[in-house]
Amino acid sequence: MIHKEAHLSDSLFTPEISQRPTRDGYGEGIVLAGRANPRVVALTADLSESTRSNFFEKEFPDRFFELGVAEQNMATVAAGLAVSGKIPFIASYATFSPGRNWEQIRTTISYNDANVKIAGHHAGISVGPDGATHQAIEDIATMRVMANMRVIVPCDAIEARKATVAAARIVGPVYLRFGRGKTPVFTTEKTPFVPGIAQILWQGKKPQVVIIGCGPLLHNALLAAKELQKQKLEVVVLNMHTIKPLDEKTLLAVVAKCGAVVTIEEHQVMGGLGGAVAEVLAKKLPTPMEFIGMQNTFGESGTPAQLMEKYGMDVSAIIAAVRRAAERRISIRG
Amino acid sequence: MLTTTKIKQMELEANAIRANIIETLVEAGSGHSAGPLGMADIFTAFYFHILAHKPKQPTWADRDRLILSNGHICPVQYVTLAHAGYFPVQELLTLRKLNSRLQGHPHRGSLPGIETTSGPLGSGLSQAIGVALAARMDKKTYRTYALLSDGEHNEGNIWEAVMLAGKLKLHNLTAVIDRNNIQIDGYTEDIMPLEPLREKYEAFNWHVLEVNGHDIPAFVAAVNEAKAIYEKPTVIIAHTIPGKGVDYMENDYKWHGNPPGIMDMPGEPPKKEQERDALRSLRTLGGSIECHHLE
Repeated sequence: MIHKEAHLSDSLFTPEISQRPTRDGYGEGIVLAGRANPRVVALTADLSESTRSNFFEKEFPDRFFELGVAEQNMATVAAGLAVSGKIPFIASYATFSPGRNWEQIRTTISYNDANVKIAGHHAGISVGPDGATHQAIEDIATMRVMANMRVIVPCDAIEARKATVAAARIVGPVYLRFGRGKTPVFTTEKTPFVPGIAQILWQGKKPQVVIIGCGPLLHNALLAAKELQKQKLEVVVLNMHTIKPLDEKTLLAVVAKCGAVVTIEEHQVMGGLGGAVAEVLAKKLPTPMEFIGMQNTFGESGTPAQLMEKYGMDVSAIIAAVRRAAERRISIRG
Repeated sequence: MLTTTKIKQMELEANAIRANIIETLVEAGSGHSAGPLGMADIFTAFYFHILAHKPKQPTWADRDRLILSNGHICPVQYVTLAHAGYFPVQELLTLRKLNSRLQGHPHRGSLPGIETTSGPLGSGLSQAIGVALAARMDKKTYRTYALLSDGEHNEGNIWEAVMLAGKLKLHNLTAVIDRNNIQIDGYTEDIMPLEPLREKYEAFNWHVLEVNGHDIPAFVAAVNEAKAIYEKPTVIIAHTIPGKGVDYMENDYKWHGNPPGIMDMPGEPPKKEQERDALRSLRTLGGSIECHHLE
């Protein structure tokens, strides 16, 4: 059942649930951060409206910088602003930033330990018709491997706003990941959000499998959990919004009770959330795992729903993965 | 005020810095020779005359910022910082060694006086823009200097930054290009022609000055002119001789990435002999030059 402390939306399982893109939460978040701290500035590379940086531009025109289509410059100018006391948020599509400017981020933000917040938009295959060139599915991996870097993937527009505000308060580099399309807003203002602390969304009785996810796909995980309950297979759904630093304490406690894991992410199964979870479990609590995500392939054009089905991230794919994980658990635990 | 005596003192200082560069690189066993030797006069002019700075208070808020973009020439910056009093001269012998503050390429936070991490080329001008922009926003009067190499103008990131500084009319920013005509694989005009460099910058709405990078009073005059330009950022194209002061290195691109003692010389002398030749060359060319010995 829904974990009470998560304070999820009452319309969670209804067709009336409100739908908003997580990038809206970014736009609202940088405005709130900007009001709270005059040192916050925003930069974009010719994608002001698309990344919702225009929300900030409207309220703080003197603290907003349009750099043109130049992501390498955006990262490095931000590094210069940061070493001079500013708190820059840089926004573009994730395939370009942190894609094209990866080395600049590595040297001038991460190794420099510059207080820059990198907002990667249009992440995941749910970008849809634009196709694979614009669907970032490697960004969690490429940011997670950098020392000093934090990685946060919010699950809906409300959590995206909270994560953006929280990122401004963190001293040091942070990567934030956002999606393009409208997705269910299933958390509420009351839902706790603390960077680095995973949140249980669904708590089954005597659960056999934990579904660990990040981003809007968690809504599919909740739909799967409800269906599995009807089928007498109890699970836990864990929102691992912060992939780095990973909340090992909560992870190990939940996995110890369940005994099998399914990770879900709109990202390659290598190096992302699933990889991060596997690294911890292999060392401290070896556990059967199933990985939902892109299986070493690129995406393509299509509607988000079509792509979710084709690439195995819809509700039925999650249910199947949970069943596989549960069977592997039985073979080990009996 | 630049008096004749002050100029002479700075020229002697520059040669003392060159001598320590040679000794430091030989001790390190790897590192770049040509660029650091070629930029010794300009670094001397900055740290002994131009910059408003406090070596004992390296994070002083109103200091002028010197952003080194081509981090591989850091031996000249390390030696100059030590001579200016940022850290003990003896520490230069730890260059490139384990647990040293003198990393092979400069790391912000490791060593006092290093404003940004650099080494990967093409990113320093952008960072300097960020620093200069922050000064403008905060109504600070410090000036920002970006030191660039000519070879790193092959990088697209540089031209993104050149465009932006022109757009922002960042007149508190001055770029200095070490125009020594060499890069690792050969002469710049063979690898990827940069000329007409002056016209390129002018087309991007910069004020452009050209000087002999070994003429300290001329360089100081150029920096002063840049301060008087309020409509545009200024770039000073400083023509330098790579390996300046060591006759067998001057203008030879093969010395770009090597320290004395690594390259084969006629007769293949041992490392110490090559170092001695380099130091003798410095003394001969520069007249009676005193060397700060590190021992």
